[in-house]
Amino acid sequence: MNRWLLAGFLLAGCGGPDANTVTVFAASSLTAPFTQIADIYEQQHPGTTVAVTFAGSADLVAQLEQGAPASVLATADEATMAKAGWASPQPFATNTMTIVVPEGNPGEVRGIADLSNPDLTVVICAPQVPCGAATVAVEQAAGVDIAADSEESAVADVLGKVSSGQADAGIVYESDLGSAAVTGVVIPDAVNATNTYLIAARDARGREFLDTVASEQGQQVLADDGFGPP
Amino acid sequence: MSLIASFTVSDRDVSVDLAVENQATLAIIGPNGSGKSTVLQVLSGLLRADRGTAAVDARILFDQQTWLAPHQRRLALLAQQPRLFPRMTALGNVEFALRARRADRHQAMDWLERVAAGDLAHRRPATLSGGQAQRVAIARALAADPDVLLLDEPLAALDPSVAAEIRHTLRPILAGRTTVLVTHEVLDAALLADDLLVMQGGRVVECGTTTTVMSNPRTDFAAQMCGLNLVRGVAAGPDTLASNVGTLTGLGSLRAGQQAVAAFAPAAVGVYRHPPHGSPRNVVPARITRLTPHGQVVRVGTDAFAADLTPGAVAELGLHPDLAVFLAVKAAEIQLYAA
Amino acid sequence: MTVPRWIYLPAGVGALLILAPLVALLTRVDWATLPALLTSPASLAALGLSVRTSALATLACLIVGVPMALVLARSQIRMVAWLRPFVLLPLVLPPVVAGIALLYTFGRRGLLGGTFEALGLQIAFSTTAVVLAQTFVALPFLVLSLESALRTLGPGYEDVAATLGARPTLVLARVTIPTLLPAVVTGAVLAFARALGEFGATITFAGSLQGVTRTLPLEIYLQRETDPDAAVALSLLLVVVAVAVIGLATRRIGHA
Repeated sequence: MNRWLLAGFLLAGCGGPDANTVTVFAASSLTAPFTQIADIYEQQHPGTTVAVTFAGSADLVAQLEQGAPASVLATADEATMAKAGWASPQPFATNTMTIVVPEGNPGEVRGIADLSNPDLTVVICAPQVPCGAATVAVEQAAGVDIAADSEESAVADVLGKVSSGQADAGIVYESDLGSAAVTGVVIPDAVNATNTYLIAARDARGREFLDTVASEQGQQVLADDGFGPP
Repeated sequence: MSLIASFTVSDRDVSVDLAVENQATLAIIGPNGSGKSTVLQVLSGLLRADRGTAAVDARILFDQQTWLAPHQRRLALLAQQPRLFPRMTALGNVEFALRARRADRHQAMDWLERVAAGDLAHRRPATLSGGQAQRVAIARALAADPDVLLLDEPLAALDPSVAAEIRHTLRPILAGRTTVLVTHEVLDAALLADDLLVMQGGRVVECGTTTTVMSNPRTDFAAQMCGLNLVRGVAAGPDTLASNVGTLTGLGSLRAGQQAVAAFAPAAVGVYRHPPHGSPRNVVPARITRLTPHGQVVRVGTDAFAADLTPGAVAELGLHPDLAVFLAVKAAEIQLYAA
Repeated sequence: MTVPRWIYLPAGVGALLILAPLVALLTRVDWATLPALLTSPASLAALGLSVRTSALATLACLIVGVPMALVLARSQIRMVAWLRPFVLLPLVLPPVVAGIALLYTFGRRGLLGGTFEALGLQIAFSTTAVVLAQTFVALPFLVLSLESALRTLGPGYEDVAATLGARPTLVLARVTIPTLLPAVVTGAVLAFARALGEFGATITFAGSLQGVTRTLPLEIYLQRETDPDAAVALSLLLVVVAVAVIGLATRRIGHA
């Protein structure tokens, strides 16, 4: 009976960090690019597996605090990296904001100023999350008071509400444009906010992954997905 | 208000014909499972019959086309369990019945007093004894002013002494009301009912006036219910019956060769250890099968017929099961009639 | 019944399972900053909204749930038995899925949403949506607990009342409901507790805006991002409110 229990535990991976797996914690907005980069890494380092966990910033920090075993941490802003407290983080991408509207632009939104119209249903990120902090910065820079009908805790929820037509407009990352049935409305560079994405590693394997992200190939993937250069 | 009903309930295998005259009380007697409660449920509308009809005077309760819901039938049902509404006082329960027919609530106290339960007015059902609760339930049923009163073994859950009191209370109440009373206690029928209906296996096996059925029962069961012995046989003469327990002489006028029954009370039977001398014309040897106490008497069951003796007599004679005895019955105590 | 001694062991494990996280939560509370955290405008707005919407949702549950329970328990119509499993639907659906389903129904482009829009009512992103979401998830708790009580009670009293000549509505008002009051209270308390803790359906269907749709669970979810202490404080508040309501309500039953 004991032998079976042990085998079970090993299979379930309860035994401890496997030397051939790299555990990566990354912000949700990095889902598309990091999945690709993980594949690239596995091709370049045969015999290894990359296990990526995508989550909101708060979840990432909370789990790390409670001792989750991650070798790499990639965050959507500096604040989250600072909270996690990892040593020598480096920027690897940037993201700017954009307005999104459902296909057909039923609310006839032309620019950031239109979002102050209380008759429109506008959904944005809550200030407490990285994309929300950026939205606030845009608001202030443009001098506009957005009449939000909902402040979501995850960018994906904003995107979802706009793409399903429940909302007339929302503000999300530039990198989110390709992933849903939405049209973008440009925010002028002058008033736009930029989030700097930081990455840090804690061990040798992690640093290898970090290198892959920073490499030409990795950077190309990020650019293709709508991220800006670091 | 007279009641006529004739109906069948297939899945309970009950098929019944009955009639109750205006202001008369009909008692339905039968063993458990004979379908007597089913009859009341169908009459009250709590159960639907598959076929049949019932009517109170000219008002149809149900038939092929019509079916009145229970609250439209103007009947009241009283069961073994008083089922007083737990969250109302006794008075509240009676008021409910008055409220239901939009009558003056203040009559409630009168009804309670009529059943000698006036002092219980402000008590909650949970604090009442079985007998007290049943009184209140009777008052409540009467307050509903039903055309016909349906009583489903109302005394069954009560102590004998309490039952006797309630029976006494019921007597005058039932006197002027059309009532159907279901019971398994022949004393109820004897004291309260004008007519008697005997049910067995979902069918009516005997019916008639109470006195007729009790004194001249045609079926074993009816005889048993009334504490009568019933011996079947063939008439050997106008007042003699040849049966497998022996020849019995009694009162009757039979034709020889006719199928006949002899009926007599267990109390009329004497038990002897040795063949007796004296007037009893009917002496039958028998073996005792069991001794069952019934109140103040012991029913001595034998392989022939039953005898009721006092416990003292049983002791004196040293009776016990399997003992061979002689049973003697006076001819005058035996009724013979054609089967 | 005398409880066999060994029963206490698994029962204790169960109790531990429930109480341990609560204790863990309590150890995290920063007692010094607790009062300030609990009385911030955002917290008070969330608390007020939660209590208001949960109360309204409980009321809605009572209004439709009591009739549903009555039909399920007493109806003679055979079709009704087939409908019973569907009442369990909100229990089985993950709340987020329930929220999405509600969106597809009442949202702008939803099944009924178009009709509401035409009438000038926007349901999504409103407090109404919160109450709807809470009612949806809490309804089965009320219905099932009440139906169970009705079945246990049996139709005995109602039958007697009918034979006394009482119309069905009178029976309902004067006999059934009063006898069932303790079960109604229990059901309402369960529904209230469930509504209070509702998160997934609310955030998906109603959105999150302070004072309008950001109930206490949503506020906690948000505070997690920047201020874990606030999140813990509010969690404690939620637990205290729930325990207080349930404790008071069930004590009444004990007395009755």
